Amino acid sequence: MNESEFKRMKDLPSAHLLGTGTPMCSGCGGLETLHEIYDILGEKTVFINAAGCMTLLAVYPFTPFRGSWLYTAMASAPAGAQGVRDALDLLIEKQRINPEEDLDVVVLTGDGAAYGMGLSSTSSAIDRDLDFLYVCYDNEGYGNTGQQYSEATPHAARTATSKGPRGFPGYKKDLFAIWAAHRPAYVATVIGAEPLDLARKIEKAKGLKGPRLIIALSPCPTGWDFKPAESVEIGKLAVRTGIWPLKEYSNGKVTHTKVPHPRLPAEEYLKRQGRFKHLFHPQRNNALLKEIQARVDAYWESIR
Amino acid sequence: MKRMLLTGNGAAAWGARLSDIDYVPAFPITPQTEIIETIASWIDSGEIRNSRMVTMESEHSMITAAASAATTGARVFTATSSQGLLYGMEMIYTVAGWRVPFVLVNVSRGLASPITLEPDHNDVLVARDSGFLQIHCSTCQEVLDSTIMAYRLAEDERVRLPVIVNLDGFYLSFTREPVDIPEFDAVNRFLPPFNPENIRFIASRPISEAVVVLGGTPYSYFRYETHLAAMNALSVYNEIAEAFAKEFGRTHMAVEAYRAEDAEIVFFMMGSFATKAKDAVDSLRDAGVQIGLLRPRLLRPFPTEHIRSTLEGKKGVAVIDQNLSMGKGGVLHSELASALYGQPYAPPVLVSFIGGLGGRDITQEEFFEMAAVTRKAVEERKIPAPRLLYTIEELREVKKLQVIAHVEREELGPKQ
Repeated sequence: MNESEFKRMKDLPSAHLLGTGTPMCSGCGGLETLHEIYDILGEKTVFINAAGCMTLLAVYPFTPFRGSWLYTAMASAPAGAQGVRDALDLLIEKQRINPEEDLDVVVLTGDGAAYGMGLSSTSSAIDRDLDFLYVCYDNEGYGNTGQQYSEATPHAARTATSKGPRGFPGYKKDLFAIWAAHRPAYVATVIGAEPLDLARKIEKAKGLKGPRLIIALSPCPTGWDFKPAESVEIGKLAVRTGIWPLKEYSNGKVTHTKVPHPRLPAEEYLKRQGRFKHLFHPQRNNALLKEIQARVDAYWESIR
Repeated sequence: MKRMLLTGNGAAAWGARLSDIDYVPAFPITPQTEIIETIASWIDSGEIRNSRMVTMESEHSMITAAASAATTGARVFTATSSQGLLYGMEMIYTVAGWRVPFVLVNVSRGLASPITLEPDHNDVLVARDSGFLQIHCSTCQEVLDSTIMAYRLAEDERVRLPVIVNLDGFYLSFTREPVDIPEFDAVNRFLPPFNPENIRFIASRPISEAVVVLGGTPYSYFRYETHLAAMNALSVYNEIAEAFAKEFGRTHMAVEAYRAEDAEIVFFMMGSFATKAKDAVDSLRDAGVQIGLLRPRLLRPFPTEHIRSTLEGKKGVAVIDQNLSMGKGGVLHSELASALYGQPYAPPVLVSFIGGLGGRDITQEEFFEMAAVTRKAVEERKIPAPRLLYTIEELREVKKLQVIAHVEREELGPKQ
């Protein structure tokens, strides 16, 4: 990360581009992330959206965006990005539009589309070396439909479709590794609660060509069951407990951009959220807590 | 102008080439592949210049990319068949509402199950209510001409809708016919360059497309707008057909009528098998039967008035459907019945026949029989139940296969 414009918090943009009054829930970690990303990307962008919470940002005839927007469907936002990118390139090449009219093409989807239904179209877009930015706001469940579990749901989380005493039996899919395995130009994890780390990564992604993909863990008061005011704090805890590693992939190498030291116990993050309440009440589920902690420890051990 | 032997697929590719396309998202599926292979080879050889073809990973993505490029201001061509059209069906309905003009050639093929490669019209009829306009072809020449016409129709500011040009798999896609290939300059005169006007993504003029609406009021508004645009396409199509005839000397009306003027009985059907019906009409005419053929080329918008006036005073219609709506019957039969019901001088007798499914032939004898059944219905004023065309020989053939399968398993299979 050479010569980042963002050295300290006060270097972050002070003018905010995304309008207010959207129907997102209060304390939405996804919206927080989008605000931060949009301020850096700027208005010469076209967002290609897939079905999810953010689809409700642009409701006829209003939009919080100063730039453009196209809603596609749940599975094929990257294919929409392909069509728009190719058409812009062709029209510039044929001098039917001025090069100054060019736009950055940004796919915006939730984890439902990114981890599952849209993975095939994403894989193919990367394979074709499409010049685009993909932003996934990951709230670890099908949030817009009431937080049923998705392929991004972490182990043991209670969701609308995993209400048993052990919560969700599966494990969160490693989308970062799956994306990185395609050897795209750039992959990064970010979180709105760490705006400086996020800004540097978006700045870096903006400066590259080819497929650039961002996963933003997005604390979700509604789906994770915590007070909206605690959204940023929970985001910080996700990083400090080592549950959400901040990292980036470029030139075949994975780098961790913020290694938590010392690492707080995972339960500091878990106990703040209603979706993990069953791990503590009516009695502590030591076995499950240990298992979760062991997985976090094993991850950080593996990257030493 | 030159004259060449072309398959229906080749004619579709020529139609796209002459229309000066910018962009072709593709995905291969039998029997459509020759279209995209031909276009790819022309792009490689430089015979099509400044165009790009991208093979997507599915038809769902293909149609998304096609519409996204069209909504950015490019002239887009794409093609599919059957299961592919169905795989992309979410986007077929979705992008029609984007009001993006592009052309999709569908090479008709029956739908699973059972899976088959051979043609009928059930695939394209799934798109009937989507907002895509539909032109159905019966010859290779028509495929080429209709593709060019489809761009002018789609891009007309009174319409602004995507268009499907349909041809039958195998019977047209792989059949070579002599085809007149118009001069590029003449096509340019007929089809001006695509002007996207306000439908485009550019930095200086941000737009939001395909956004959510809340409630039935804005939803209905946009749905009605799309419907009214599709209805506008009727008169726009007639203008275009006239202009096309003037430029190229070939007339492709919304509805083709063959020896129908003084006919008492009329065959009513779409697609390439209508050319077989013409043969049958000629033979029956020789035998003194007053019969003709009516073939809608436009299915959407449905040329209701045109069909009503042509059928006025006829005694009976044999509707031949190469499709089957399970639990109801032929789709074209329902379409025609709803267009004629309650109209003064409408033919009192519509007889429904289902045939030609999954590539099954419709023989001349069957056309004669359908004519006879319809005449009898007219004479007796009694409409027979819909007829599923199938012969005793065919039934015997299937039974034979079942016996073989049974023997294979029970008698020749591994010992217990």
